Amino acid sequence: MTAQEIFDVLKAKFGDALPEEKLSAAGGSAAAGFSLQVWITIAPGRTKEICSFLRDDSEMQFDTLSCLSGVDYNNGTFGVVYHLSSMVQKHKIVLKAFCTKEHPHIQSVSSVWGTANWHEREVFDLFGVIIDEHPDLRRILLPDDWEGNPLRKDYKVQEFYHGMKVPY
Amino acid sequence: MGLLDQRFENGNVFITSLDGLLNWARLSSLWQMQFGLACCAIEMMAASASNFDIMRFGVIPRATPRQVDVMFVAGTVTIKMASRIKRLYDQMSEPRYVISMGSCANCGGPYWEHGYHVLKGVDRVIPVDVYIPGCPPRPEALLEGIMKLQEKVRKESMIRKRA
Repeated sequence: MTAQEIFDVLKAKFGDALPEEKLSAAGGSAAAGFSLQVWITIAPGRTKEICSFLRDDSEMQFDTLSCLSGVDYNNGTFGVVYHLSSMVQKHKIVLKAFCTKEHPHIQSVSSVWGTANWHEREVFDLFGVIIDEHPDLRRILLPDDWEGNPLRKDYKVQEFYHGMKVPY
Repeated sequence: MGLLDQRFENGNVFITSLDGLLNWARLSSLWQMQFGLACCAIEMMAASASNFDIMRFGVIPRATPRQVDVMFVAGTVTIKMASRIKRLYDQMSEPRYVISMGSCANCGGPYWEHGYHVLKGVDRVIPVDVYIPGCPPRPEALLEGIMKLQEKVRKESMIRKRA
């Protein structure tokens, strides 16, 4: 399926869970068919039901979560980006869910793809985005008592950690 | 033993200082802690392999801090790892030595400014005897570092009272 077809199916089924009226693209024009260049924006509180549908539907069969990343857009917005691919249908799609810095909450998809578990912990660790309904939301790379989220654009490194000076 | 092999009759007496004998024994068998942290560890392994053969200096890797004389800090010391390195150093029996291998262990290396997770030099947690620059240092540089450490050991005194 092309990205446009996937978008149309999702829009018809989920409607208001897709905030944008059409397929989003980095260049502005959504050229259907280039499924890696375009993305579908989804509501941060409804990622699980959309992803469950994308995994289970016989037309979609997105059995693989290739990557799950976090982004700080430096304008008060955080994003989580999902790269999905289907081994069976041989198509790919990108989903993005956005949240604000004041209310950084995005629903977990680790019950849909087990891969998401550690990736979502990494997003939580480095961006401070709280992944709702995650089974085990702890830091994954940094120590548990680390202060701050290093990949945030406004991150300031702490002066000392357990008596060790951190900055140069 | 190359200089002494099969060159003397039976029942010989050799005269040297006890310090000289002890230091000769110690510097010829600097056992190494067997661990590496990053890409410098690859060069350390190359130094152990047949082309460079670190064992001809008596450097034998041991997998426990109780049996080693020298710790090569070969690679990037993350802040999470720093407390483990401190603990391993504390578990080594004296006299003990540390060779800091590569720019990361010396001063943070390429992570000096934006590496929030990197300790900017392993000498912030343990004392270092020899610093080897390089990113990563060639095996020859590691061998030179070992020889520098041997010079240091040769000048020490094990039996003299300390002030």
